[in-house]
Amino acid sequence: MAGPMKMRATLAGGYTEVRVLMTHPMTTAQSGQPLHFIQNITVKLNGKALIEAEVSQAVSRNPVFSFRLKGGAKGDKIEVTWLDNKGESNKIETAVA
Amino acid sequence: MNRLRRTVLGALAAWLATPLAALAAWNESAFGAKTPQDALKGIGAANPAPSKEIVIDAPQIAENGAVVPIEISSNIPGTSSLAVVLEKNPFPLAAKFDFMEGAAPFVKLNVKMAETADVRVVATAGGRHYSATREIKVTIGGCGG
Amino acid sequence: MNRALARILLSLAFCAPAAAQDVKKEIERYRQMVSEGSPAELFELEGEALWKKPQGPRQASLEKCDLGLGPGVLKGAYAALPRYFKDADRVMDLETRLLHCMTTLQGRSREEATQRVFGNADRPSEMESLSAYVAAQSRGMKMAPGESHPKEKAAYELGRALYFQRAGSWDFACTSCHGEEGKRIRLQELPVLLKPENARSVAASWPAYRISTSGFVTMQWRMNNCYQQMRMPEPAFGSDTTVALIHFITVTGKGETYQGPGNKR
Repeated sequence: MAGPMKMRATLAGGYTEVRVLMTHPMTTAQSGQPLHFIQNITVKLNGKALIEAEVSQAVSRNPVFSFRLKGGAKGDKIEVTWLDNKGESNKIETAVA
Repeated sequence: MNRLRRTVLGALAAWLATPLAALAAWNESAFGAKTPQDALKGIGAANPAPSKEIVIDAPQIAENGAVVPIEISSNIPGTSSLAVVLEKNPFPLAAKFDFMEGAAPFVKLNVKMAETADVRVVATAGGRHYSATREIKVTIGGCGG
Repeated sequence: MNRALARILLSLAFCAPAAAQDVKKEIERYRQMVSEGSPAELFELEGEALWKKPQGPRQASLEKCDLGLGPGVLKGAYAALPRYFKDADRVMDLETRLLHCMTTLQGRSREEATQRVFGNADRPSEMESLSAYVAAQSRGMKMAPGESHPKEKAAYELGRALYFQRAGSWDFACTSCHGEEGKRIRLQELPVLLKPENARSVAASWPAYRISTSGFVTMQWRMNNCYQQMRMPEPAFGSDTTVALIHFITVTGKGETYQGPGNKR
């Protein structure tokens, strides 16, 4: 059961700034607990994947990312999906404000 | 049904049951590398050329190593990827971002650092690799409460 | 060997006054960058869901809870706390008021509602999430706790007296750590909360996401933990002691524009 996500996409200086918050323990090997962390993140603009990320346990708990897409217009659909090492995933969609 | 057949069919069924999503690429060997050099090798960037066109915006001191905010970008034309290597982390490769046409080579993220160390950002552009480093001091505050 | 020497020199450099100022500046930069990319908002979302969730024997949500500006009025309510509430005949801070609504509106017992007031990284407590949500609704408003009612004045005086009250096996008071300018614990500065200029940013930084524990912390937790750190018995949740201290600090630090839940190391 993945925790809540929050995302904001705004137009600024010729870019679409996307800020996305994810709920995830991002547990490390050091913790002694089973590894549980996000491995893949995809950022889509109007259905098209523009950013593909591979991340690791070195990313902080409850990750927050900011991305920049070139151009963009109000109403454009931004979708961010994550997938973790246990096969769990979550996604959020928001319109550019 | 004989035992061998059962085993094979069982294995096949298990493989087919793997959600498609779980087959997304994740560079296990690079992320499992224990030295910065091996991490760089793992992403095919064994000898990146130093570049001043890679921007690492980060505080010089992190009050707590659990959350170290870094903002990275590249002004090298045609940058298609940015990778973050935390030199003293047990597994130095922290993240790798691939940018398609339409995405700026820019990310802000929070990483974990156990101690003062260099953060290395590797940019890939036109099949070549470049990097820049920045030291971030990690400290502790407070009374433990 | 060279590395060890460099480390010694570096730590000496930290002692020099000029370097100390740079350290302060860089930590400010760290805090600013963290706040721009903080998970605090996730707790606001949790809190919103809890605010609207029917609970208790009455199966009621908290949506009609009067936080001081009228039933269900959230905008600006946090910024006006702590304050005197006639129906309870006492000064209440955010959390004691939430507890009041849980027991009166939802019909829950005090015991059940306070069973787990402080959560952890894996699971925030109900109080923590609700605090995040309610506090966030006062973004942009000036901190203005109640000061006119006699009980508000009394709470202020009690809080002030408690700030100086030495007790426990270590004979500590708040002043032991927060009584003298320029003190710090490791690299964290200890603000003297008796001075408005110090109390202002502190009062406006709660509740907050705590980086070191990945959890969400509230003023009630802070008071509780300070007492533990001072080796004194844990105060009861929402006790007169905790509310008085919170009131004193908030009144001393009134006037700051609230930016929403903060971030702490």
